Amino acid sequence: MAKANMSPTKNEMPTQNARVRAHNFQEVALGYTEDQAINEANRCLNCKNMPCVAGCPVRIRIPDFIAKIKEGDFEGAYQIISQSSSLPAVCGRVCPQEVQCESRCVRGAKGESVGIGRLERFVADWHNTLCAEAPIRPECNGHKVAVVGSGPSGLTCAGDLARKGYDVTVFEALHTAGGVLVYGIPEFRLPKAIVAKEVDTLKKLGVKIETNVVIGKTLTVDELFAQGFEAVFIGSGAGLPNFMGIPGESLCGVYSANEFLTRSNLMKAYLEHPETPIMKGGKVAVVGGGNVAMDAARTALRLGAERVSIVYRRSMEELPARREEVTHAEEEGIEFCLLCNPTEILGYHNPDDPRDPKNGFVKGMTCVRMELGEPDERGRRRPVVVEGSEFTMEVDTVIMSIGTSPNPLIKSTTEGLEVNGRGGIVINEEGLTSRRGVYAGGDAVTGAATVISAMGAGKTAAQAIHEALSK
Amino acid sequence: MYRIVDKKVLNPTVVQLQIEAPLVARKARPGQFIILRVDEEGERIPLTVAGVDREKGTVKIIYQIVGATTEKLAHKEAGDCLQDFVGPLGVATHLEGLKKVCIVGGGVGCAIAMPIAEALHDMGADVTSIIGFRSKELLILEDAFKACSNTLRVMTDDGSYGEKGNVTAPLRELLEAGEKFDMIITIGPLIMMKFVVATAKPFGIPVTASMNPIMIDGTGMCGGCRLTLNVDGKKVTKFACVDGPDFNGYEIDFDEAMTRGRMYGTFERHKHEETCNLFNQEVR
Repeated sequence: MAKANMSPTKNEMPTQNARVRAHNFQEVALGYTEDQAINEANRCLNCKNMPCVAGCPVRIRIPDFIAKIKEGDFEGAYQIISQSSSLPAVCGRVCPQEVQCESRCVRGAKGESVGIGRLERFVADWHNTLCAEAPIRPECNGHKVAVVGSGPSGLTCAGDLARKGYDVTVFEALHTAGGVLVYGIPEFRLPKAIVAKEVDTLKKLGVKIETNVVIGKTLTVDELFAQGFEAVFIGSGAGLPNFMGIPGESLCGVYSANEFLTRSNLMKAYLEHPETPIMKGGKVAVVGGGNVAMDAARTALRLGAERVSIVYRRSMEELPARREEVTHAEEEGIEFCLLCNPTEILGYHNPDDPRDPKNGFVKGMTCVRMELGEPDERGRRRPVVVEGSEFTMEVDTVIMSIGTSPNPLIKSTTEGLEVNGRGGIVINEEGLTSRRGVYAGGDAVTGAATVISAMGAGKTAAQAIHEALSK
Repeated sequence: MYRIVDKKVLNPTVVQLQIEAPLVARKARPGQFIILRVDEEGERIPLTVAGVDREKGTVKIIYQIVGATTEKLAHKEAGDCLQDFVGPLGVATHLEGLKKVCIVGGGVGCAIAMPIAEALHDMGADVTSIIGFRSKELLILEDAFKACSNTLRVMTDDGSYGEKGNVTAPLRELLEAGEKFDMIITIGPLIMMKFVVATAKPFGIPVTASMNPIMIDGTGMCGGCRLTLNVDGKKVTKFACVDGPDFNGYEIDFDEAMTRGRMYGTFERHKHEETCNLFNQEVR
């Protein structure tokens, strides 16, 4: 075996040049070569107590798969990852590894941690490109399980149960499976072909996917039980977008991040001749500082905006988006208007011509400067308005990216399903809700969170469903 | 895929389709809507359900050819399939307890008003229907309304059929004559619904208006269909897809809804032209 690589830094991830990628929707990060992957794998010290595994919400046996990479057995590495994760090519791209597995890596104490996420992505891509072998479909155990929503939690739950022989049907409200992976995360960060491939792998395992079915409308949870499903997992996602409640939010040119991203990603408004319209070009302000805000800003830039600003009320230190995403955004030329909060969106109004086509469209946004005061209950310093600091930005499009509130569709049609004060479905540590046989996980429970935490929840529920149904 | 089992051209710009969608047919009630995509690259458009046949498992939609998608839809024939068809979405119109109702429909909105009028008629309610069109050529569903209305008034803008004038004229006349409706239900162009509300206001009759804003997912996720209600002097944002499509007419900010409806006007006109040109080329 090769000697351990004691370089204090990770093998750098090859990326598209920032100036070039700011104008296309192709993937930003290009992935390791075989040599880079083996070189990076050799940085792993194969710690006996495996601290990294404890940092992974789905408990991938990280040192084991990295050991396989060291040997050049990439398919062997894939087999180890796929025992724990249904969506390795997805997680290798969008997981916040820096606060999970990589944050526990011993190498991180002196220098950078092992690039676990980059290695996971390499292995998954290697498998997806070079291994066409269909997964072995297990013998059906005769138990029917319904999964509501085909996002990360639903797909994970479905995959885990299918591998155990369950007859799983996933119900999706939209016309394409994948949930936030297809409507939310842009092509340049997660190519849709990769999501389609992962969904396809699940289908080969025997998972049935029914698109165009809205649970709570087309069918209710009770009807699913009546149809013979023995357990139902609800992974219906985040729900309704929040707005700030300031004047002007209904003007033409004001979007929720969900709408803007759905138009671009799911409805493919980024293509040259789209069927679905989206506002392109001009000056764009994205309000908020999460990963979704970064996605929206970078999408607007690629759609041809002349200037895109992130407007966030705290400072860079508190900005919740992943560092990597912020760095990428900065490299591409996204401006950060920090310690700044909108108070009103201003619309164009021509008093002389009520038919002026610009009437009712955004022309500017009034903001105030903020400063950081005392820490709040979560320890984040509370932003306070600086008196007399009001100013106006010239903008044509405003994208509100300030979180979501739970969707009422399932709750309102499922008697006895308990929700918390914020509308999230209440579950126990096994993912079981207040209704017998009904499990839940992902954003429908927690509110907006990460892909991997949703996957972890799907996994937990799958295990609980298996235990309940195999008794 | 969802098969078109029957197609009827109701007037030069309005088409009726019966589509095989058993799950939707089983559940849909008056006032609810569906979202469809014509083909793999197509946009998602919301259309209100104009009727269902639960036994055959079919859903009736009636639409006006206004843009690229409805143009493409108009070129589909019985036997063809639609890519996607999902529903029923939205909250059904609240009809419980209504005894005397006035339905005011305009243009293709009459197609949506029809199942509501029918349901009220079946409940034994007294139904007055006022339906308006630009001209005789565009008249639809007259017989269907006749069958379920105690009183029917047909209006045309140019007087080429029925009475000449807007739908608000007979409404005002009836209200002034002392008709006490439990509810006025109005469906049609925003400007018409705005004036129906204004006409009813002095008489204190409740008005329900059915909104049809721009939408994508139809399940509350995108917020594109939001509209503003003025509730007791406070502005409240509602999503037409999950909170509606019906709202208290007195609370709706119609002017804002009209502006929002024009957001993609230029794009849509251009796209429609492009689509028409494509079809014309095929014909040649």
